[in-house]
Amino acid sequence: MFDIFFIGLSLSSVLLLVALGLAVTYGAMGIINMAHGEMVMIGAYVAVLANIWLGANLFAAIPLAFAATALLGLALERLVVRRLYGRLLDTLLATWGIAILLQQAIRLEFGLSFFGLHVEGLGAGLQNVPVPQMLQGTLQLFGQDLNIYRMFIVLVTAVLAGLTWAVLYRTPLGMKVRAIIRNPQMAAACGIDVKQTNAITFALGSGLAGVAGVLMAGFRSVSPDMGATMVVDGFMVVVTGGVGSLLGTIAASGLLGEINALVAIFSNEIAGRAAVLAVVIGVILLKPAGLFTFKGR
Amino acid sequence: MTLKRRQFLTTAALSAGALALPGYLRGAFAAETIQVGALYSQTGGLSVAEKMLAAAVQMAATEINAAGGVMGRQIEVVVEDGASDPKTFAEKAQKLVIKDKAQTVFGCHTSASRKAVLPVFERRNAMLFYQTHYEGFECSRNVVYSGAVPNQQLGNYIPWIIEKLGKKKFFIVGSNYVYPREMAKVSKGLIEAGGAEWVADEYLELGHSEWAVTVSKIKESGADVVLSNVVGDSIISFYREFANQGLKQDQIPICATVTSEIEIAAMGAEYAAGSYTSFPYFMSMDLPTNTSFIERFRAFVNDPKAISYHSLEAAYFQVFLWKQAVEKAGDFSADAIREGVRGQTFAAPGGTVKIDEDNLHCWLTPRIGQWQADGQSKIVDESPEPIKPLPYAAYGETAENLFCTAEGLDSSKL
Repeated sequence: MFDIFFIGLSLSSVLLLVALGLAVTYGAMGIINMAHGEMVMIGAYVAVLANIWLGANLFAAIPLAFAATALLGLALERLVVRRLYGRLLDTLLATWGIAILLQQAIRLEFGLSFFGLHVEGLGAGLQNVPVPQMLQGTLQLFGQDLNIYRMFIVLVTAVLAGLTWAVLYRTPLGMKVRAIIRNPQMAAACGIDVKQTNAITFALGSGLAGVAGVLMAGFRSVSPDMGATMVVDGFMVVVTGGVGSLLGTIAASGLLGEINALVAIFSNEIAGRAAVLAVVIGVILLKPAGLFTFKGR
Repeated sequence: MTLKRRQFLTTAALSAGALALPGYLRGAFAAETIQVGALYSQTGGLSVAEKMLAAAVQMAATEINAAGGVMGRQIEVVVEDGASDPKTFAEKAQKLVIKDKAQTVFGCHTSASRKAVLPVFERRNAMLFYQTHYEGFECSRNVVYSGAVPNQQLGNYIPWIIEKLGKKKFFIVGSNYVYPREMAKVSKGLIEAGGAEWVADEYLELGHSEWAVTVSKIKESGADVVLSNVVGDSIISFYREFANQGLKQDQIPICATVTSEIEIAAMGAEYAAGSYTSFPYFMSMDLPTNTSFIERFRAFVNDPKAISYHSLEAAYFQVFLWKQAVEKAGDFSADAIREGVRGQTFAAPGGTVKIDEDNLHCWLTPRIGQWQADGQSKIVDESPEPIKPLPYAAYGETAENLFCTAEGLDSSKL
């Protein structure tokens, strides 16, 4: 029983890892950021490049990826997203376009491949990141062989979720963000610098995606289009949990991950996937606002 | 360098000569080239693998041209982009066959794209040369198949796993589409015929990479060998998860049918060390023809680390089989090529290959490679000679009782 729970937990943590950044950008700011998956991808490439060019291992790549994607997020917000607040469909299209641009930038090595130049670690091919020795193999716990890397992901995800919660609920920035979620105009009227707060929030969400990318790179291949499928799962979790609710996102990823594991073990992987989608549809039908919602006035 | 200079001089002299000629003669000179198509994805998710295949076709054409062309005519390869999308493949196939009037196209990598272009070639009577190993169950008179079919990958493999590795309980995994499911069907027959059993048959959606559940099922199942028909990106996450859950290749080896040098390099060789793959060709084959092939290919694509694998070798040698077919028939038309190519043999980089007289598939030598820590394979078993391709082996086709004959598919036998 415990092993099924653990598999579910590790599936949940992977879902939450991607959804956490989205919970901040989509949940808090109401931006459908289609480029979120590409932020994950960029994070993974930071790990690849850091390993090849700096000899940095996975641990060192985490802060690097956070910094790189947070800066990229900040730039995106300043250049594009800022001009599109309140225009949901336009942000969707614009960020989708950015997603394609980012994919091609990596695939074409920022255009250098047109000149016959090749940057080791970039390009259309599959890349990989070596996993540190101490994270490989298994660990005996409660009479079960547990996958150390999976436990590491669960741990990092828990820490990130905790940090995000602390930022949103225990800092002045978080208070401003929450005020903006409820009512941007009123927040602005109270003297909150909405533009600046939004920029920082967007950078934070992007940075979280970058960290997710580093961890993803440890158990799957890294390629320019790896982000495209992940962003769908991320939105699924955020919508099921309830837009604007961090607790909802955490609960939804836990629920969907465990259901996936349970069904997949007793039936098969494809049925597991179908069950997850069925639950999502059910939740949206019965509780259109998601599992956890705050009461608005 | 001298060669290049001489080539340049020849070309320059010819061009100057051509320009000096009257118009009608220039037209005649231009007709001296023969157009063939190369239809592969240059963009999209499949472009990594397919660009290399297109390069192999172009390299073969360049080599043939340097040696004097086909029946004195230079080959002009028209490259079209299938964009990783079967519908685009069909459109580009029409463009090549109808507008460019190419009688021969080298191309397609996935079964989905081949199935999409098939009607174009059959209706317009042109020839497609297809190099990728595939699931069989096809018998078109307009396709020459130079890659392996299931009996050439599994026919020797399963008995070898049972007898030489002493494995009795198979766990079959694959990606959820036609190729892995057909491969599983052929395997199950062979496993039961060999007196072993299969305990499970599991699939993961194409392109998905979450293997936690399936690998833990392998662990619980008591299986002593895993037969993998997983394709694409999923291969990498599968081998990594397998190692990370503490499974060892020397206890439960993964025996694969798709995992090639490309995926091994992408996952990190240490994750695959000790596992097996069955292919007619491996990059590590220690033959002068192969060493030279890899050297020339690396120079051609200007990448000193370029990797060679089964489909790449087949994409290369199929152009030479086409050339021989044209020369034998003395004509570039599809009908002439179809008859001319029957029984053609060629000394490919990995050994002799031959197109079957009946079904236009390729006689290949099954080999089993064990992956080493350096990402290359060590060939641990090899058929003494090439074996006959049987695309309908899963449905009871044998060398004595052919379903796919020179006249086409005998559907009464299915």
